[in-house]
Amino acid sequence: MKPDIINQNIGGSWAYSAEVRNHFFSPQNLLWENPSEADYDAEGMVGSPACGDVMRVWLKIDPKRDTITDFKWRTFGCASAIAATSMLSVMVTEKQGMKIDEALTITPQDIIARLDGLPDRKIHCSVLGDKALRAAINHWFKKTDQLSRIIVDGKKLIDPNTKVTEADIEEAVLEGALTLEAVQKRTKVGIGYPQCLPVVEELIRFYKEKYFG
Amino acid sequence: MKKRQVYFDNASTTPLHPRVLRAMMPYFTRDYGNPSNLYEIGRDAKKAIAVALEQISTALHCHPDEFIFTGSATEADNLAIAGAVRAHKSEGNQIIISALEHKGIMAVAEALEKKGFEVIKLPVGQDGLVNPEEVKKNLNDKTIIVSITMADSETGTLQPISEISSLIKSFRKDKPLPYFHTDASQATAYAEINVEKLGIDLLTLSAHKLRGPKGIGGLYIRHGGKLEPIIYGGGQQGKLRSGTENVPAIVGFGEAVELNEEYKKKGSARVKKLRDALQKGIFKSVPKVVLNGHPTKRLPNFLNISILDVEGESLLLELDERGIMINTGSACNSESLEPSYVLMALGNPYEFIHGSVRFTLGAETTRSEVNYVLKYLPAIVERLRKISPLNLSLDEKKTMSDPRAFIGGQTPHFLRKKIKK
Repeated sequence: MKPDIINQNIGGSWAYSAEVRNHFFSPQNLLWENPSEADYDAEGMVGSPACGDVMRVWLKIDPKRDTITDFKWRTFGCASAIAATSMLSVMVTEKQGMKIDEALTITPQDIIARLDGLPDRKIHCSVLGDKALRAAINHWFKKTDQLSRIIVDGKKLIDPNTKVTEADIEEAVLEGALTLEAVQKRTKVGIGYPQCLPVVEELIRFYKEKYFG
Repeated sequence: MKKRQVYFDNASTTPLHPRVLRAMMPYFTRDYGNPSNLYEIGRDAKKAIAVALEQISTALHCHPDEFIFTGSATEADNLAIAGAVRAHKSEGNQIIISALEHKGIMAVAEALEKKGFEVIKLPVGQDGLVNPEEVKKNLNDKTIIVSITMADSETGTLQPISEISSLIKSFRKDKPLPYFHTDASQATAYAEINVEKLGIDLLTLSAHKLRGPKGIGGLYIRHGGKLEPIIYGGGQQGKLRSGTENVPAIVGFGEAVELNEEYKKKGSARVKKLRDALQKGIFKSVPKVVLNGHPTKRLPNFLNISILDVEGESLLLELDERGIMINTGSACNSESLEPSYVLMALGNPYEFIHGSVRFTLGAETTRSEVNYVLKYLPAIVERLRKISPLNLSLDEKKTMSDPRAFIGGQTPHFLRKKIKK
């Protein structure tokens, strides 16, 4: 739990980790030249210039292995947003590429961990990476007629019993439910499926940070 | 080799001038007396304050007892607004400010608004100017104070202070209210601060924007102006600001103001030449750049531009790698993660604000430093534009005016927060 009053001069670090700086100053898998459509199998874009973050992702996919073999990107945003996309591209393409199903499970927290952490108030920046990747994968599913595999954004199921989704948690936090108890009271999430509670807590923390700073 | 350091953030703070430091030094150790005490070192400290007041009142063209010292310009702003409102709450309930005010004004006005006072936030034009007619339109017999910054700290646009003051004077006739306050913290280094010419009742000064020390500011209060203190205690400074006076800082403040008055005229001309060269150089070598603030009515050391398709914090970090220090109004660079409200008040689309960069020159800035920026900036922008998937057009300024016209229907986090409130 964070204390209510934080002394800025001794509190959480402002500075970026060495890993963030590395990825910012030497981004990996960046798409330098404009591609022609045939160069890539799928692409996705999320964010908006007004928000200050836009990520665009291009994928190459090996259909036989159901694996992403190449991940190129471009990002408009602050250093952490650029570094987070760069890191995501590394995570997806290292070790001969990642299975699509595995790539779909990447969370912002996974990316942040690989970046050796982000300053608290920058955490929302990295969330777009996984969404852009999911958008591109959905594009691939559409193109290859695998409609049943498409995951509608925000519809990611958290609790199969109550059918509570990520979007429901987000909505609950926005309505002012800022603790696990408050969110449970509203959504009943995890009451019959306690395995999901760590994820729920992480989401509450994340959205709390995002909307209430 | 040590990395070259090039400082283009003089609106944030300035380096202490050696002459100011020299003046301050004795008051830390040798002349450490408390000015409230009657014995010799106490009297000496009191004299030192009197000298500083002399230096400052000469610059302001006021009487030395019309000025009091505070711990910052923010405190002086708070004292002006909250002090006036508390002293006159039986006579009115309205506060008029502009949309460009420093947080020191903005936040105290908003806090008073929650306590039931009416706060009018005057809009500004795209050029950043407050329209004096707007002030006049909103004045009524409930108005306690009008506060318009002399120059805002993001674009440095100079407001028509004397024009507004004559409107206020003719409105109030021989009544004391409303008071007219201006925060001159940012403007003092280069603009006229003669309170008679400006026709101002209250004026905020800051020392550390003038090569003086941090932690000291002050407020000019015209004779007859009635404020209630916001800090209570031993009754120093005419009971208006209790607390032992920060003698070394006050001495430094006085010296810095005097130094600045000697510097102002020549310094303005010199810095303007450099700023214009920087501006011209950037517009020539970097495509898709917009100027923020008034093209001419602006402090000579300010250059605020939006560089499209790149994000301010990224640019700040890249320039920092080259030792170039600048500031940005981008949301990513602020504690609150909200884009600059000053640039928003100018009617800029968010897309433009995220790419805003503020260069503020100072007395130490050289031509070679300007050239250094011009040497590296174009390549840095080009690189960040390659990383960016955006390709905004300058004409989009009009079409993007609706802040909710977003791709993907995603409302920005800083707006959602507001909507839900």
